[in-house]
Amino acid sequence: MKLFEITTEKLSVDEVVARLADPAIGAISVFVGVVRGDTEGRKVRYLEYEAYPEMAEGMLRQIGDEIQARWKTIHKVSIVHRVGRLEVGEISVVIALSAAHRPELFDALHYAIDRLKEIVPIWKKEVWTDGSEWRSER
Amino acid sequence: MKVKAKFFAAMREALDRTEMEIELPSGATVQQLVNLIAEQYPVLRSYLDSTLVAVNRKYALPQTELHDGDEVAFVPPVGGG
Repeated sequence: MKLFEITTEKLSVDEVVARLADPAIGAISVFVGVVRGDTEGRKVRYLEYEAYPEMAEGMLRQIGDEIQARWKTIHKVSIVHRVGRLEVGEISVVIALSAAHRPELFDALHYAIDRLKEIVPIWKKEVWTDGSEWRSER
Repeated sequence: MKVKAKFFAAMREALDRTEMEIELPSGATVQQLVNLIAEQYPVLRSYLDSTLVAVNRKYALPQTELHDGDEVAFVPPVGGG
């Protein structure tokens, strides 16, 4: 089972969490990204995500490596991002981290989503009722 | 030598192509490829300043030397999450 994946399939939080199953762990932290229905007052019809999948999966794996180098208690990392057309309310990304105990899970989770938005080659086009635009926080 | 250039998102739409083969003098760098693209595809010029370049799926520097058969991707500002 892949821990780092770009997929066109609908995402399930339970399914991603299950990828971390291991008797050694006692806690899991999860970030779930969801398609929001408006940006800066404009109504979003849907989002179109595009990836450079071969590189994006490698960069997701790199984020996992960075986390495990920095926070030694993190047992496993899984990041799954969906691409294609996503409707309002659908899940775009699930990030799940596991550890024996909880202390470092939250900092590491925060790092994972910030890093994803910074380096992973995935693009988002917002499609409104009156136009569209490729959006970035960079 | 030849490299395979790949384009995504706004750049892909502006160019109306996802990839193309580009002939370069041997020993050419990423910067030389960017200059060539700017010259031959004016429609991409406005994107190039904010675009990173990845060679064989890793981010590269302007001075990175290219080799025959390299896969060179133009990465406009990303927006995952």
